[in-house]
Amino acid sequence: MIAPGALPRLLHAASDRPLTLSQHESAFGASTLSNSLLEELEASGLTGRGGAGFPTAQKARLIREQRGHSKFMVVNAMEGEPASHKDQALLSANPHLVLDGAEYLASIIGANNIAICVARDNPTVVNHLERALHERSRRSLRGPRLELHTPPWRYVAGEESALIHWLDDNESLPQYRPRRPHILRIGHSPALVDNAETCANVGLIGRYGASWYRTLGTTENPGSTLVSVTGAVERPTVIEIELGTTLRSILHTAAADPDPAAVLLGGYGGTWLHARHLDTPYNNAALKNLGVATGAGVIVVVPKGACGVVETQRVVRWMANESARQCGPCAFGLPALAEDLTHIAHASRDAEVAYQRLVERCGVIEGRGACRHPDGVIRFIRTALEAFETDFSTHTHGTACAGSRATRHFANVPSLEREDELIWE
Amino acid sequence: MGMRRRSGTFVLQVNPILCDGFGHCAELAPELVKTDEWGYPIIVNEPVPLANVAAYESARYAERGCPRQALHIQRFSEKKPH
Repeated sequence: MIAPGALPRLLHAASDRPLTLSQHESAFGASTLSNSLLEELEASGLTGRGGAGFPTAQKARLIREQRGHSKFMVVNAMEGEPASHKDQALLSANPHLVLDGAEYLASIIGANNIAICVARDNPTVVNHLERALHERSRRSLRGPRLELHTPPWRYVAGEESALIHWLDDNESLPQYRPRRPHILRIGHSPALVDNAETCANVGLIGRYGASWYRTLGTTENPGSTLVSVTGAVERPTVIEIELGTTLRSILHTAAADPDPAAVLLGGYGGTWLHARHLDTPYNNAALKNLGVATGAGVIVVVPKGACGVVETQRVVRWMANESARQCGPCAFGLPALAEDLTHIAHASRDAEVAYQRLVERCGVIEGRGACRHPDGVIRFIRTALEAFETDFSTHTHGTACAGSRATRHFANVPSLEREDELIWE
Repeated sequence: MGMRRRSGTFVLQVNPILCDGFGHCAELAPELVKTDEWGYPIIVNEPVPLANVAAYESARYAERGCPRQALHIQRFSEKKPH
């Protein structure tokens, strides 16, 4: 039993090896299924930790009310965001907490299959999970069947409809969903997709109840969350914080640059936040007023002296290349945006024209893809224009700022193996 | 088809995955569809009243004329707005 109000919860008893099943049960207590799980989940006010922040109980209830003999519970640990390491940290610390949560959710919706999805490019986590599943298979034959799935790692492969498409048809491509809420199905079976961290939180709520869960966090955003802090930090870390901690104290805990120019919240489909807002509490209720969201729990710290235009340009170029190229506005629009940003970053003669065109194109592309990939990129660009206003105006007036010649970058993207992988060039 | 109900609204929707930017819809329903610089349709978002017969007719032309069958008309009745 973890004391109410104590941190860490999700990373409780973590060491350099993942906890075995017996260690996990002695640290957290044995797992028991109760009939009031959904009520507890509703009372806890847990929201999804994958990015959208949708209430988990509402989503589970929607799937529970669907007809169907077989249902699927899908644990999404794909971690498409290159700057996010939280699922990896969680599954390397305590895979059984995630699996417990998945079993609770499966019992809520009446699923007899649980699929755990991890990118195959992350062999460490795949090993940890294989071991954990093996331990569970020896324990009992009752309960839902647990299966490990390893789709290839791509940015959009972690999107929920792309994940379901993979499980259904071995194609990691997002699907067209004209009406929301849309029930995703594997074959004919309705499927509930939840992030690995959400499942771990459910594992805690199922054990200790909603009132215990609410001893941390605020009334609107209770509980704790994992954040991955990268960029201008001594070493990239994943820390567990209470929701509602100010951004400044998170940066302090992570030993990051205490006086940055801006921070990127939520990942590469997320939002930039200027450093003057650093005293805002880290939760969606407070950040919503600034037009920002916590997203997938990524914080990228960009120090003063770095060039915001170049950081933005590199990320957008990579994101454009990660498009699944199913929808025209995304397949053609994102490379066009990246090209405009390249003109601005080089402070070439048509930088000012490129800036105008960039703003126009953002308005044209928004909301016209099957998934939210283009919308995320546009949100990223728009908030960059605000947060790095001075950098952009320097560049559009024909002089590249000093920071743009630096070789060190802070918003890191996986390197493309070859430059000609960029299909549009 | 007989009498058509004139109350309610409709929206022309495109499946962006199927759409290949042939541009037939922009020709068949110019009051509803514009194209962007790559030739993909930009459709008016606001629901159009069904009473606007000309617009509804051209939406039906566009729906049937799409070579990829990527368009469909979503109708909303008055009572239950979307």
